[in-house]
Amino acid sequence: MYPEEYRYSKDHEWIKVEGDLGTIGITDFAQKQMGDVVYVEMPDIGTELGHHQTIGVIESVKAVSDIYSPTAGEVVEVNEDLNKSPELVNEDPHGKGWIIKIKIKKSSEVEKMMSYSDYEKFLSGLDE
Amino acid sequence: MIREPLIFVLSEKGKRACLLPVLDVDEKKSVTQGITVRKNIKGFPQVSEVEVVRHFTRLSTTNYCVDEGFYPLGSCTMKYNPKINEKVAGFEGFLVAHPLAPEEMNQGNLEVLKLTEDLLCEITGMDKFSLQPSAGAQGELVGMMMIRACLESRGEQRKVVLIPDSAHGTNPSSAHLCGYKVREIKSNSRGTVDLQDLAAGMSEDVAAFMVTNPNTLGVFESDIKEITRIVHSEGGFVYMDGANMNALIGTSRPGDMDVDVIHLNLHKTFSTPHGGGGPGSGPVGVKEVLAPFLPKPHIEKRGERYYFDYDRPQSIGQVKSFYGNFLVVVRALSYILSLGPEGLKEISEIAVLNANYIRKSLEDIYHLKYNSPTLHECVFSDLFLKDFGVSNLDVAKRLIDYNVHPPTMSFPLIVHGALMVEPTETESKRDLDLFIDAMKKIAIEAEKNPELLKSAPHLTYVRRLNETTAARNPILKWTPESKGKE
Repeated sequence: MYPEEYRYSKDHEWIKVEGDLGTIGITDFAQKQMGDVVYVEMPDIGTELGHHQTIGVIESVKAVSDIYSPTAGEVVEVNEDLNKSPELVNEDPHGKGWIIKIKIKKSSEVEKMMSYSDYEKFLSGLDE
Repeated sequence: MIREPLIFVLSEKGKRACLLPVLDVDEKKSVTQGITVRKNIKGFPQVSEVEVVRHFTRLSTTNYCVDEGFYPLGSCTMKYNPKINEKVAGFEGFLVAHPLAPEEMNQGNLEVLKLTEDLLCEITGMDKFSLQPSAGAQGELVGMMMIRACLESRGEQRKVVLIPDSAHGTNPSSAHLCGYKVREIKSNSRGTVDLQDLAAGMSEDVAAFMVTNPNTLGVFESDIKEITRIVHSEGGFVYMDGANMNALIGTSRPGDMDVDVIHLNLHKTFSTPHGGGGPGSGPVGVKEVLAPFLPKPHIEKRGERYYFDYDRPQSIGQVKSFYGNFLVVVRALSYILSLGPEGLKEISEIAVLNANYIRKSLEDIYHLKYNSPTLHECVFSDLFLKDFGVSNLDVAKRLIDYNVHPPTMSFPLIVHGALMVEPTETESKRDLDLFIDAMKKIAIEAEKNPELLKSAPHLTYVRRLNETTAARNPILKWTPESKGKE
């Protein structure tokens, strides 16, 4: 379910690391909680994000939620496909529904995040 | 039931609602000169007067309103709007008064404004009010702007506003619009503000803490005095969202809780019309420390004369044309005066009693996340429906078939699949029982026949609408090309 090579945050974001590049999205659990996503607000390319800073906003039929950056870095790419097809976040949250790519500043922050198995444990302990 | 077509579909070329007399003077081409005529309106409907009247009358009968039935939309306080308020607002002196008439000719109307502000001060325990803001969200923004102006007058540039995770979505929006960064404060296991988290988040960089009391779970923030102490000790302000004032009115006062600024919703607590555009009114009340920053003009009285005071150098400025929505204020004043102090107290008592009657009647079936005592509203969760593949949305849609307006849904976010029920004081026991019975029947239906819920509503003018498509691909305008696809 949750890709083994990704790292996860308590706010239900995932990050996939390739070199100093990190792709960030929200987890399958998060998209299920939100329901049908209708709009994703993304930052401008070049934005410097701090740890746990707001990346943007996801609007679903139920609610509007902030997305947080699990680690500090500079935004190098945003998923333009989400402008036309926000449903990608629901359909493929760990793949085509990615939100931004950043140049990671501190890889130590990423290492502190949860592994897929820790995240699954974290989810099972959540009191809905 | 026959679906009412769009008025464009009723259109037939050449039909009209009025016939102008034959032109008996020379035609001048300059009649429309200087007037902007929109050229991009295509297919303007051509219909007769009776067709227009019938079309909109028929449409109006498909609406649901508080004059028709139970409307437990939590945190919105959809109480009955007493008709005496309409009668009073219809008095000629109020109705035809011109806001630009000289003050000497408008003394009676100015007295209404001043009296209402004074009464709101007495009810809330605040020192000064302004009736200018036109709705709750604007009241919030005005409140935050005053806090900012006050801090800046002291040379302080604080950057952060703290807000509990149970807050109304407008709170972070207002703070954000005012240029602040928002930080969330967690709720504890009782569903109230976690004091440790608040104390840890509080610093000299925090401008304000925005709190709703009772909060959106209907739980009274019993630590409110400690909350205000913590925030004040670091030089911050406490903003109270007065959306849930219906639980406190006549019983306790935010001013006595050391709150610095509050907004009220006249269209909630004070019974002025709410749905359908109101219009609303979101008066904002402050303690003396923030009074110099109130919007200007401000209504004042010198000797026997009422006047608008524009000489307010520290004011954040004017926030609404003239002095707010005047006739809404008239309705609220009519409400306050017709009830009197004892009547106002009874509002909160009965509102709390009604909500607790519903809670006690349903809490064995519908899941409650928090055990804390609640005041004027209670929030159920849809967790118990999970096994049947049914969610709060399906319950809400099925309620429509029982002729009840659905409660507020999926809010606050800290409760899974929330159903937030606020009956208000205006409902009779009979109506409360009708709602409770409907909710009990729906819980049984969910188990026995979940499809019935998932395809609800069944007895309405339109069946379940696709909210996702409506949000993703909204079609907001009819064009001739859409003919036949309606």
